[in-house]
Amino acid sequence: MTDVRVAGVGLTPFGSHPERSGRDLFGEAALRAFEDAAVDRADVEELNYGNFMGALAEHQGHQAPLMAEAAGVSCPATRYESACASAGVAVREAVRTVAAGDADVVLAGGMERMTNLPTDEVTEGLAIAADDLYEVRAGVTFPGAYALMANAYFDAYGGSREDLAHVASKNHENALPNEYAQYRKEVSVAEAMDAPPVAEPLHLYDACPITDGASALVLVSEEYAAEHDLDASVAVTGTGQGTDRMALGDREHLARTPAADDAADAAYADAGVEAADVDVAEVHDCFTIAEVLALESLGLFEPGEGISAAREGITTADGDLPVNLSGGLKAKGHPVGATGGSQIAELTRLLRGDHPNSEHVPDAEVGVAHNAGGTVASAVVHVLEVAE
Amino acid sequence: MSDDGADAADASSPTDRAYAEWLDALADGDGFAVVCPEGHGSLPPRRVCPECGSPELSREPLDETGTVETYSVVHVPSPRFAADAPYATAVVDFGPTRLTGIVRDGGADDEAPAVEIGDTVAVDVGERATDGERLVVFRPADGEPPTEGE
Ligand SMILES: [Zn+2]
Repeated sequence: MTDVRVAGVGLTPFGSHPERSGRDLFGEAALRAFEDAAVDRADVEELNYGNFMGALAEHQGHQAPLMAEAAGVSCPATRYESACASAGVAVREAVRTVAAGDADVVLAGGMERMTNLPTDEVTEGLAIAADDLYEVRAGVTFPGAYALMANAYFDAYGGSREDLAHVASKNHENALPNEYAQYRKEVSVAEAMDAPPVAEPLHLYDACPITDGASALVLVSEEYAAEHDLDASVAVTGTGQGTDRMALGDREHLARTPAADDAADAAYADAGVEAADVDVAEVHDCFTIAEVLALESLGLFEPGEGISAAREGITTADGDLPVNLSGGLKAKGHPVGATGGSQIAELTRLLRGDHPNSEHVPDAEVGVAHNAGGTVASAVVHVLEVAE
Repeated sequence: MSDDGADAADASSPTDRAYAEWLDALADGDGFAVVCPEGHGSLPPRRVCPECGSPELSREPLDETGTVETYSVVHVPSPRFAADAPYATAVVDFGPTRLTGIVRDGGADDEAPAVEIGDTVAVDVGERATDGERLVVFRPADGEPPTEGE
C-alpha cells in the first residue's frame, strides 16, 4: 500500500451554463487540474468519471471515452454512477487503484449538466435516484424524500425549521468569497424562513440549486510525487463506502443514515484517525437536513445534536468545527455527478491554505468529505490529511 | 388478483408484473408483504429476503390499519403529479413492512387532509389526478368522517 497524494485539483465555476456541453465543462476542469498538478497527461493511467443523468440531460451515454478525449488523456476510462455520489465512488476507486499500486497517476472527477432541462424534468430526473416502484410512483420527489426524513428527525429528536434555516444561512455566508460558487449572496435566517415551501418542512432555501459544473482531481502515488518533485502536500489517507436499502421506508430508522456511518467508520479506520481528530468537513448538504444527518453519521455530533450545530455557531466559519466552508451544495451548487470530486478539491484547497476560506482553518490537519447518493442509500467518505 | 400481468401491460410506464399483482391485491383488500422465517418483511418482486438472503418467503397479510411514521406535503411535484399537488406523502408502518403513499381524505374532492405522525390510516389503491395511473393511497381510519374541502 502506498500513500495517495492530491497532485492537483480543477473545477469549473458552478452555475448555469446551458450553452456549454458536458465535454466542454469536464475539459475545463481537467485542464485546470493538470495546470495545478504540473503532471504530464501522458502519465495518466486511468480516468474515473462520475455522471448521473447524462443520458437524460444530453442524450449522451457512454461518456467516459468522450471525457478522456476532452481531458486529452489516452487510457482506460470508465463512467461511475451512484446518483449524487457518482464522483465520490469514482474518486474512491481511483484512491484504491493508486493505494494498491495498480497505477501511479489517475484522473478522477465528474460532470453534470442540468440547467438545459426545464425544472420539472430535472425534478423527474432526480427522482429516478429513488425506488421507482415503491417511492416515485407513490409521489416521492427528491426534496420530498428529505422532507420525510426531516419530519421524522423532528419527531424523534426535536428541532425546527429555524434550526435548518441557520444551516442555509451559514453555507450561503461561506460561499461569498468562493469564486466557484453558484450563489454568492447572503441569505438571512428570516429570508430562509419566509421562502415558499417545496416539500414541507423544507422550503426554497433548504434546497440546493440546479447546477451545471465539473470537477477533476489528479491523484498520484507518494513515490511518483517524490520522483517528479511535485508540490502535493495533501494526502487522501482514508476511504470508505456504505450502502443501505434503496427505499427510505425500508430503513431501520427514518432519521438516520447508516450507510454514511459505515462509510465513515471504514474511512476513519483506513486513515487511522477518529472523529475527534477532524478539523474541517465538507458534507453533502443537498438539503439542510442532510447536513445535520451527515454530521451525526460522521460521529462529529451525537444523534439528535447535529440539528443545533449551525445555530449554536459550532459549524460556522469561526466555530470550532467549520462545515462546508466552500458554501456546500447548498450555495456553491450541486452538479450531481461532479459533487463528490468538488468536495475533495475544496477540502484540498482548504488544507493547502490556498482557499479563500483557508484563513478560518489555519492549523487544520485532518479534513473529511462526505458524499451521498439518493436518500443516502449510497455514501462515500474520504479522509484528507496534510502530509508535509 | 390478476395472474396474466394485464395491468402491467396497460401501464403507461415500464413496470413489473409482481408489482402490478401486488397493487391488484391491495385494491382487493388483500395487501400483503413478503416475509422470511426471521420475520423480515419486504415488497415484491423478491427471490430472497433483502435483509438476510433467505429464499423461504411467504405472503403475510398487512395489518388492517397502519401508523404514520413520517409525512410531507409536497408543493413542487414531478410532471407525473402536476395536477395532484399539493399532496401529502407518508411512510406508514403496516406491521410486516412499511408502505409509502399519498394520504387522501376520501371526501368529495379526495383532498389531502391534515396529517400528523402517529395518525392511524388504512391503505387503498387510488388514481393519480394527473394521468389516472394507479398509486398507493392512505385514508384516515380513526373513525372520523372525511372532512371535505379542507
Ligand atoms: Zn430475512
